[in-house]
Amino acid sequence: MNAIEVDSLTKIYKKFTAVDNITFNVNEGEIFAFLGPNGAGKTTSLKILTTILQPTSGNIRVNGYDVLHKKNDVRKSIGVIFQSNSLDEKLTAYENMEYHAVLYRLPKKEIKGRVNKLLENVELLDRKDDLIKTFSGGMKRRIEIARGLIHTPQVLFLDEPTLGLDAHTRAFMWEYIRNLKENNNLTVFLTTHNLDEAEKIADRIAIIDKGKIQTIGTFEQIKEITGVDTLEQAFLKLTGHEIRR
Amino acid sequence: MLGPIRIMWMRQIKEYWRSKPRLIASIAQPTIFLMALGFGLGPVFQQAGGGDYVQFLTPGILGMALLFGSVFNGVSILWDKQFGFLKESLVAPVPRISLLIGHSIGGATTAVFQGIVLLPVSYFIGFRLDSLLFIPLIILFMFLISFLFSLLGISMGAKLDDPEAFPLIINLVIIPIFFLSGALFPINNLPDFVTPMAKLNPLSYGVDGLRGTMIGSSDFGIVTDIGILLVVTFILLVISNYLFEKLET
Repeated sequence: MNAIEVDSLTKIYKKFTAVDNITFNVNEGEIFAFLGPNGAGKTTSLKILTTILQPTSGNIRVNGYDVLHKKNDVRKSIGVIFQSNSLDEKLTAYENMEYHAVLYRLPKKEIKGRVNKLLENVELLDRKDDLIKTFSGGMKRRIEIARGLIHTPQVLFLDEPTLGLDAHTRAFMWEYIRNLKENNNLTVFLTTHNLDEAEKIADRIAIIDKGKIQTIGTFEQIKEITGVDTLEQAFLKLTGHEIRR
Repeated sequence: MLGPIRIMWMRQIKEYWRSKPRLIASIAQPTIFLMALGFGLGPVFQQAGGGDYVQFLTPGILGMALLFGSVFNGVSILWDKQFGFLKESLVAPVPRISLLIGHSIGGATTAVFQGIVLLPVSYFIGFRLDSLLFIPLIILFMFLISFLFSLLGISMGAKLDDPEAFPLIINLVIIPIFFLSGALFPINNLPDFVTPMAKLNPLSYGVDGLRGTMIGSSDFGIVTDIGILLVVTFILLVISNYLFEKLET
C-alpha cells in the first residue's frame, strides 16, 4: 500500500495558484523529499496532507484515509513537525510532551514512561522540567521531534526540519529518523530547499517549482533525466536561474 | 473528550500562576478601581441620595474584573496562533470544541480566582456581603460571566490576525460592555436610546446577578439573569466553535 496518494491536488488562494495539479505517491517505509525553492508550494502541500488546510480540488489519501472526509483517522496516524516553533514556551518540556500525549489519547499510565523514553532518545531527559523558553533552537527542534513521535505515527511529516539548525543537531536528527525508518518502517515526508539534505537523506525526490512537480525519482534517476552530474545542476536546470520573489 | 479539556484547562491555570506580573496586575487593577471610585465617587453618590456607593460598586467592579480577565484570556488564542502552538493542537485528532471548552474553562477559572481574591479586599474598603450563604451562588455567577466572556475573547482571537491591533479592538469591544452594564451606575435611569443597548448587554445580567446575590438587590431577578447568561453562552459556543472549525494556519 502507498502511505501517501495524491491525485491532481490543486490549491488556489484567491487569484494565486499555490499548488497546480500535482500527482504523486509515497511508498510505505520510504523517505520522500519535496525539494523546491522558496514559494514553490511545498508548505502548502504539506498543510493539505496533514489536514490543516483545505485543498481547492484533488484526491488525497494518507495511510489509506481521505484527508477531507477521514480527517481524524489521518490525524491519528501521522506526526507533524512544523517549520516554525510549535511548542508552548511557557510550559516545560515534559508538559509539552504530556499535552500532546493526552490529545492523542495515550493511556494515562503509559504517558510518563513513553515521554521519558523519548526525551532520553533525544538526549534531553535531564532538562525535562525546564521551561521551553530556556531552550536553544536545536533543543526545541529535538523536543518537537520527540513529541511528534509520542503516538507512534506511521507517517512523519517534516516541514523544512533542519532550517537554522547546527551541523550536530542536523546529523543527530537524520540518524535518528533513518533509524526509525529502518527499524519501525516509518514513512517520512519532508520538504526542504537544501539540496545536500535531499540528496543524502531521501530515497526519492520530487522537485517542485511554481506549484508543479518538475520531476520525480531517485537521485540517480533525476541525474539521468536531466543529463547532469549533480542534483544542484539538475535543480537549476529544472527551475531556472531567476531569483524568487 | 474529557482528557483534552482537562489538559487545556490545566495549561491555562499553570501559565496564569507562573506569570507573577500577570497574577499581581490582574488583582491590583480592580483593587485600584474599587478604591479610587469607592472613595472618590462614594460621597457624591451618597449626597445624591443613591445610598452606599461601595455596596453598589463592588459587584460592578467584580463584574469588570471578570470581563477583562476572561476576554484577555480568551484572546490569548491569538498568541497561540502567532507563536505556532495552535498548529500543534489543530493537527491533533481531537474535536476542536474540546480545545475550545478547555481553553474557556481555564480562562474562566483564573478570572473567578481573581474575583474570589477581590472579595476580602472589598471588605477592607467597607463592603459587606448580604449573606455568606450566597457565596456558592456568587461563585456560580462569577463562573457564568467568565465562561461567557472567555468564549467572546476566543471568537475574537480566532478572527484577529494582527497582534498590534488587538489591544485596540479589545478595548473597543469591552469598554462599552463595561460602561453599559450597570457596573458603575444604574442602567434604569439612562436615556431612552441607551437602555435597549444596556438590556442587550449580557454583562448587565451578570452584574445584576452579582448584586442580587451579594447585596440582595436585583432588577431582573436571579433566575432571569442565569437564564440569559446561559442562552448567550450557548450562542457564543456555537459561534466560536464555527470559527474554530474554520481556523486554518
